[in-house]
Amino acid sequence: MCATCGCDANASSSIRQIGETHPHPHDHDHTHDHSHSKTIIEVEKDVLYENNLLAQRNRGYFEARNVLALNLVSSPGSGKTSLLERTLTDLKDHFTCYVIEGDQQTSRDADRIHATGTRVAQINTGKGCHLDAHMILHAVQGMKPAENSILFIENVGNLVCPAMFDLGEKERVVIISVTEGDDKPIKYPDMFHTSTLCIINKIDLLPYVPFSMDKVKEYARQVNPGLSFLEVSCTSGEGLSAWYQWLKEKVQEPEHV
Amino acid sequence: MHELSIVMSIIRIAETESAKNNAIKVEEIELEIGDLSGIEITAFDFAWQQAVRSTLLEHSKRKINHIPGEGQCMDCAAVFPMQQLYEPCPVCGEHFVSVQKGKELRVKSLVVN
Ligand SMILES: Nc1nc2c(ncn2[C@@H]2O[C@H](COP(=O)(O)OP(=O)(O)OP(=O)(O)O)[C@@H](O)[C@H]2O)c(=O)[nH]1
Ligand SMILES: [Mg+2]
Ligand SMILES: [Zn+2]
Repeated sequence: MCATCGCDANASSSIRQIGETHPHPHDHDHTHDHSHSKTIIEVEKDVLYENNLLAQRNRGYFEARNVLALNLVSSPGSGKTSLLERTLTDLKDHFTCYVIEGDQQTSRDADRIHATGTRVAQINTGKGCHLDAHMILHAVQGMKPAENSILFIENVGNLVCPAMFDLGEKERVVIISVTEGDDKPIKYPDMFHTSTLCIINKIDLLPYVPFSMDKVKEYARQVNPGLSFLEVSCTSGEGLSAWYQWLKEKVQEPEHV
Repeated sequence: MHELSIVMSIIRIAETESAKNNAIKVEEIELEIGDLSGIEITAFDFAWQQAVRSTLLEHSKRKINHIPGEGQCMDCAAVFPMQQLYEPCPVCGEHFVSVQKGKELRVKSLVVN
């Protein structure tokens, strides 16, 4: 049992704020009296209710402090960290930003973010293939983001598993690069179904790969007609100003009550 | 393999509910899994076998109610069976479809003693 929040912790994951450790003992001693007659328990409980409760708790915290929390999801290597490196450098004077990095192993991505001068926490999920709301809760507790800031959460590179786990984010941003093929949205529909913005990255490589911009959008809209699109290249910088504009609007957008 | 986290959550729910009822053994567990829930049943079975070992679900009978997908068109209000999230409305061809059924992922009941 995790003493800070009362929920069971995922013992195989670790969270590191730079220069801190947060040990997480999980002792369970169950002794109960019991009867021997059969009982039917009508549980009727969502399997993810625990994650969803914590996600709501995170969301409330973010809303109260006006922190724009974004959950960045994509297949491995689509350019999540590259997009963050550019963004953090280019917007340094405009916003206070924080980053939570989710990877199975290593702090390589957090080191890249740290190099931009941004406060970053690395979550290593071990065998786990996605971040969950509990990990975010603890990372945020150590980070204490300032009011009116942006928190970028880079999920584990995986187009399947992170889709089911609400982290408490305001928006989910799915990134796809042009080298991955334009049929990704219908092959991995869940991720596109649950996202609000789709960033199409590596457009500098369009001349070299068979990738139709119309097709990818058509497929993605079949899964999610409300999805918006931005076309960018983190290498050349093309299209990034539209992404920065999107961020500015989201930060300024008044809360719907 | 998010199926493993899902199985772990199910075990936690079973443990909590059993403890509330002072039960030490789950004879039967009934689950509801929607066809559009994002659960791959083969992966789920594999994760289940690994994860339930030495838990109170180890020898439980597992019953899964599969719930077929059902969509409703936001344009013409037609209700229709859905196999995939990207299927258009069969009546008007639009993609503004709201998923009514098939996203379920629930622990329905336990038989304990
Ligand atoms: N040509 C080109 N390469 C890019 C672009 N953006 C990223 N890359 C390259 O793509 C590779 C992967 O980029 P990352 O930013 O590490 O991708 P990621 O999504 O963070 O990867 P994971 O964290 O491992 O899932 C790197 O070699 C980048 O240099 C782009 O716009 N154009
Ligand atoms: Mg990365
Ligand atoms: Zn219709």
